[in-house]
Amino acid sequence: MQGSISDHGTSKGLKMGTTIIAIEFDGGVVLGSDSRVSAGASVVNRVMNKLSPLHDKIYCALSGSAADAQTIAEIVNYQLDVHSVEVGEDPLVRSAATLVKNISYKYKEELSAHLIVGGWDKKEGGQVFATLNGLITRQPFAVGGSGSSYIYGFVDAEYRRRMTRQECQEFVINSLTLAMNRDGSSGGVAYLVTIDSEGVEEKCVLGNELPRFYDRDVVEPAKTEKV
Amino acid sequence: MAATAAALQFSAQVSSLNNYNDLYPDWTQREVSTGTTIMAVEFDGGVVMGADSRTTTGAYIANRVTDKLTPIHDRIFCCRSGSAADTQAIADAVTYQLGFHSIELDEAPLVQTAASLFRDMCYRYREELMAGIIVAGWDQRRGGQVYTVPVGGMLTRQPVSVGGSGSSYIYGYVDSNYRPGMNKEECLKFTAGALTLAMERDGSSGGVVRMAIITEKGVERRVILGNQLPQFSTV
Repeated sequence: MQGSISDHGTSKGLKMGTTIIAIEFDGGVVLGSDSRVSAGASVVNRVMNKLSPLHDKIYCALSGSAADAQTIAEIVNYQLDVHSVEVGEDPLVRSAATLVKNISYKYKEELSAHLIVGGWDKKEGGQVFATLNGLITRQPFAVGGSGSSYIYGFVDAEYRRRMTRQECQEFVINSLTLAMNRDGSSGGVAYLVTIDSEGVEEKCVLGNELPRFYDRDVVEPAKTEKV
Repeated sequence: MAATAAALQFSAQVSSLNNYNDLYPDWTQREVSTGTTIMAVEFDGGVVMGADSRTTTGAYIANRVTDKLTPIHDRIFCCRSGSAADTQAIADAVTYQLGFHSIELDEAPLVQTAASLFRDMCYRYREELMAGIIVAGWDQRRGGQVYTVPVGGMLTRQPVSVGGSGSSYIYGYVDSNYRPGMNKEECLKFTAGALTLAMERDGSSGGVVRMAIITEKGVERRVILGNQLPQFSTV
């Protein structure tokens, strides 16, 4: 049974269809996301930054229900502020990820959001944690959101251990571009955040600056036939 | 009349019991499906086609060495995905129709003709069927061609086409690694790599990689066993 177009935004809520990705390198992490927020078939925000700070050097990437993801990020931001005052120093990335996981797990039946947590701390350096459905796992890289299905093959093939900062940034931009090209719920611009011991670098790559991949309709059509 | 209605009601009750009944294993109530990853690539002089080899009934792997590359004519093959029964029946019907047509013409049929026959059947019976088919081969007029007939019955020609449940995971890999003008060896490596990546991520795809290379000279079949698949650093 199909709903009418008019109730798409209200009953389904705002979804960040999304592609998000985070990858660690020696000395830091790179996080990336697209910028599309959709309500049914409508794009309600085409320039949304889904990389949300949890602390100075810890960011999270939001996907799934926009309201759920933003609320989790805000709550964890507050909890981390309190925690960092209590311990008297910058919090660990694992602490931030654990706080996210605690909320995701406790309210897993009501929530529909997946956050990837990435950051730098002086104990373990750059780290990426996935918190899907209430688990917590540290991984060299993580992808999430509806667009991530289309790039599993690409990231499996292209990932190599011990990539440099520059290579990681290119890896993230390429992955986001490929996913945005195939996933209807992902699109717009690509946001990048690079975190290391020095600080945080935020970058926005516009649509026309994204890498181009082979597109048959742009190249010459099929060669002439012989009868 | 009343007896039939009562019987129908009774069987409805039984089947709703069966859904959660541990006495009946999952695979006795599930249709056989070629979960699948299938792929075909054109090169100058022919096509390379590839498929995994897993057929599932629910969570049970009914056949782990399936051949999803089915000959339709001497130099035309198809890759099948979706319901195993539906795709086998369609392929048999098209093989018959194309063989008859080829005798009438007294020459080898065009790949486009085979693809059109698939499309006619998949579109006409779209409500009853669950079939995603890639038709590929070589003919005198246009050389190597790949046509895709996804669920619903559309027909389009593409230089490279992927299909099946595992194809979602390799769109990024295919988009970034395909270049026009690849030769036969590059196409083989490309296909084997893509299928391997999909098989690692998709639970409905797995087993061995079966390939077919179709050129003017004929058809060459290859198999890549599990331990010979290309290695990627994360998988």
